[in-house]
Amino acid sequence: MTYRNPPTTPRKSATFDDYTLSEIRRAAATGIYDIRGAGAKRKLPHFDDLLFLGASISRYPLEGYRERCDTSVVLGSRHAKKPIELKIPITIAGMSFGSLSGPAKEALGRGATLSGTSTTTGDGGMTEEERGHSKQLVYQYLPSRYGMNLRDLRRADAIEVVVGQGAKPGGGGMLLGQKISDRVAEMRTLPKGIDQRSASRHPDWTGPDDLEIKILELREITDWEKPIYVKVGGARPYYDTALAVKAGADVVVVDGMQGGTAATQEVFIENVGQPTLACIRPAVQALQDLGMHRKVQLIVSGGIRNGADVAKALALGVDAVSIGTAALVALGDNDPRWEAEYNELGTTSGAYDDWHEGKDPAGITTQDPELMKRVDPIAAGRRLANYLKVMTLEAQTIARACGKNSLHNLEPEDLVALTIEAAAMAGVPLAGTNWIPGKNTL
Amino acid sequence: MPATSKATRESHARVFDLDVQSLRELNQALHQLTPGSNETAWEVLNPKGNHSVAVGVDQPVSIDVRGSVGYYCGGMNSGSAITVHGSAGPGVGENMMAGSITVKGDASQYAGATGKGGLLVIEGNASSRCGISMKGIDIVVHGNIGHMSAFMAQSGNLVVLGDAGDALGDSIYEARLFVRGKVDSLGADCIVKEMRPEHLELLQGLLDRAGVTGVKPSEFKRYGSARTLYNFNIDNADAY
Repeated sequence: MTYRNPPTTPRKSATFDDYTLSEIRRAAATGIYDIRGAGAKRKLPHFDDLLFLGASISRYPLEGYRERCDTSVVLGSRHAKKPIELKIPITIAGMSFGSLSGPAKEALGRGATLSGTSTTTGDGGMTEEERGHSKQLVYQYLPSRYGMNLRDLRRADAIEVVVGQGAKPGGGGMLLGQKISDRVAEMRTLPKGIDQRSASRHPDWTGPDDLEIKILELREITDWEKPIYVKVGGARPYYDTALAVKAGADVVVVDGMQGGTAATQEVFIENVGQPTLACIRPAVQALQDLGMHRKVQLIVSGGIRNGADVAKALALGVDAVSIGTAALVALGDNDPRWEAEYNELGTTSGAYDDWHEGKDPAGITTQDPELMKRVDPIAAGRRLANYLKVMTLEAQTIARACGKNSLHNLEPEDLVALTIEAAAMAGVPLAGTNWIPGKNTL
Repeated sequence: MPATSKATRESHARVFDLDVQSLRELNQALHQLTPGSNETAWEVLNPKGNHSVAVGVDQPVSIDVRGSVGYYCGGMNSGSAITVHGSAGPGVGENMMAGSITVKGDASQYAGATGKGGLLVIEGNASSRCGISMKGIDIVVHGNIGHMSAFMAQSGNLVVLGDAGDALGDSIYEARLFVRGKVDSLGADCIVKEMRPEHLELLQGLLDRAGVTGVKPSEFKRYGSARTLYNFNIDNADAY
C-alpha cells in the first residue's frame, strides 16, 4: 500500500474571484466595457449597520395603533408659490420613458398618486401616461434637454435640475439603440436605432454662479410657482448641498452610489461616488451650517428598501427619501415568475440588470410592444401603492417606539451603529459605547 | 401684425422700463397674454444686462429690447419675435420652441442651445458652443462663431457667414451646418458634405428668412455627420 500525501483543497484567490475572472474573459473576448443597469452591487456600509434604540425609562413610546404619527412633508416652501405637499416622505425617483416602457411609467404615476406622493420624469421628456396619472409630477431638467418644452415645464408640479446621479456622478445618460423605438426617437429628436449618449454637463451653464442664473430663468419662466430641486450624485455632498442652496434651490436631492441607472458602465457604477449612508450627514451639516435645515428640504435616495431605511434616513436629518429600484421591483422587476426567461438571457431573477438591452421579461425596462404588455399599469400601480403603504407603516412603527409623533421628529440620538465605519459615516455612536469616530475619543 | 410703419407700431407699443419696473413684472405681463390679445408690440427699455429678459413667451407678439441683455434672453421662446438692439449674454434663445430672436450685436456662449424650433439671427459674432445640442432650431450668424459650436447638434440648421472656430460639429447627429468662411477644425465625426440642389434651396430660404442679402448659397460649404459614431464600435474608441 502506497502512502499519498494529503492534498490541499483547491484555493481560489480573494483578489481574482470568480466574478473578476469572468469579467477579464468577457473583456478580452468583446473589447468593450460591461454596461448594465441598477446601482452599486458591492457590499457597502448601509442603513442595515444602524439600529434604533427605542424607548426606555428616559423616553416613553407612543401607542402603536392609537396615537398619531405624522408622515406628511412639504417640499419647496423656500421660494415656490405652490410647494409640493406629500402625505408620505417617500417619493418616486426620476426614471426615463425610453429606459422604462410607457405602461411602467403609468404604473409609477398611479402608485404614487394612490399614496399621496410624487413621481418624476427622466431623461426622455414627459409622457402623457405619466402626466395623466400623476397628481404630482416632478419634471427633470437634464443636460440632454430631450423633450424639454415650455408646455410641459408649465404643467409640471416641480422642476428638478439634474446635475448628477448616484450611479454615475460625472456621467451622462446612455440609451442604446435597441430601445430607440419610433416614439422614443421622436421625443428625443434623434434617428431611430442609434445609441444615445446624453451629455454629462448642461449645455448652457457651468458652475454654481451660472446655476443660480439658470434657476432664476426657470423661476421666471414658471412665474415663481414651482419648487426647484437640484439633484446631485453622492460625490461631495457637503459642498454640493451648500452650492445648490446658494444657487437658490428649494430642495436638494442627494443620490448615493446604490442609486440605480438604466445603463452605465459597470466600472463607473461600482467605483465612482459615495455610499448613501456617507452622504447624509455632510449634506445635513451643510444645511445646518447655512441655517437652512428644514427650510431647504433634503431628499436622499440610493438603496432605500423598507420602512427602517426611511426612518433611519429621516433620523439622520433628511426630509424625504426617493426610491427607484425598489419601486421597479414592486412593479414586477426581477420577479421569479419569469425565471425561465431570465435563464435564457444567461441570468437569474434577482440578478437581471441588462436593462439597456430592452429584453426585460417583466416588460418594464423595454420598448418591445409585446413584452411591455406584461405590465398591467393598474395592478402594478396598486402593488407600488401597497409597498409604499407598508414602508410608511414600518417607519411609523419605529417612530412610535422611539416616542415620536412625527417621522420628522426622529433624530440621530435615536440611533447607534453596528460598525465603526457606519458610526463614522452616520455620526452616531458605535453600539455599546459613546464613541462617534471622528467626533470624540473612545 | 398689421402692415404699419415701424414708427407707428412703436408708438402703440407697451413699454416696460426696467429702471423703473422689475423683471418679474415684465415676464409676468408677457405670460398673461392670451391668444388674440391686442397688445402685440412690446418695448423693453434699460435692460442693462439683466438676465432672463422675456423668457417663456408663448404668444406671437413682437418685443424690442433696447440695449444689451445678460443670460438667457428669450429662453424657451414659443412664438414671439424678439429683437435685441444690443448684444446678448450666454444662452440667448436657449431651448427656443418657435418664433424668432434677432440680436443686433454679438452673442456670448451657447446661443440657441438645445433650441427646438424658430429662428435665431445674430447679426454680429457668436462665441463658443453656438447651437450646442440644437434640436430643430435654425440659427443664422452674420459674423463668426467660436469653438465647439454645434456640439452634439441633433437637428436644425446653423448658417455662418463668417468663420467657425475649432471642433465644429463635434459628435454631431443630424443637424446641417453651412459655413461660408474658414473652419479652424472639425470635431469628431463631423465631415464636409456635398452641397446638393436641395441644400442650396434650403440655404437660400434660411438667408431670406434672416434678411441676408448679397450672399449666395454657393459661397458656403456644408458640414454634417459621418454617422460613424451612431452605434458604439470599439475600434472607434480613440475618436471619443
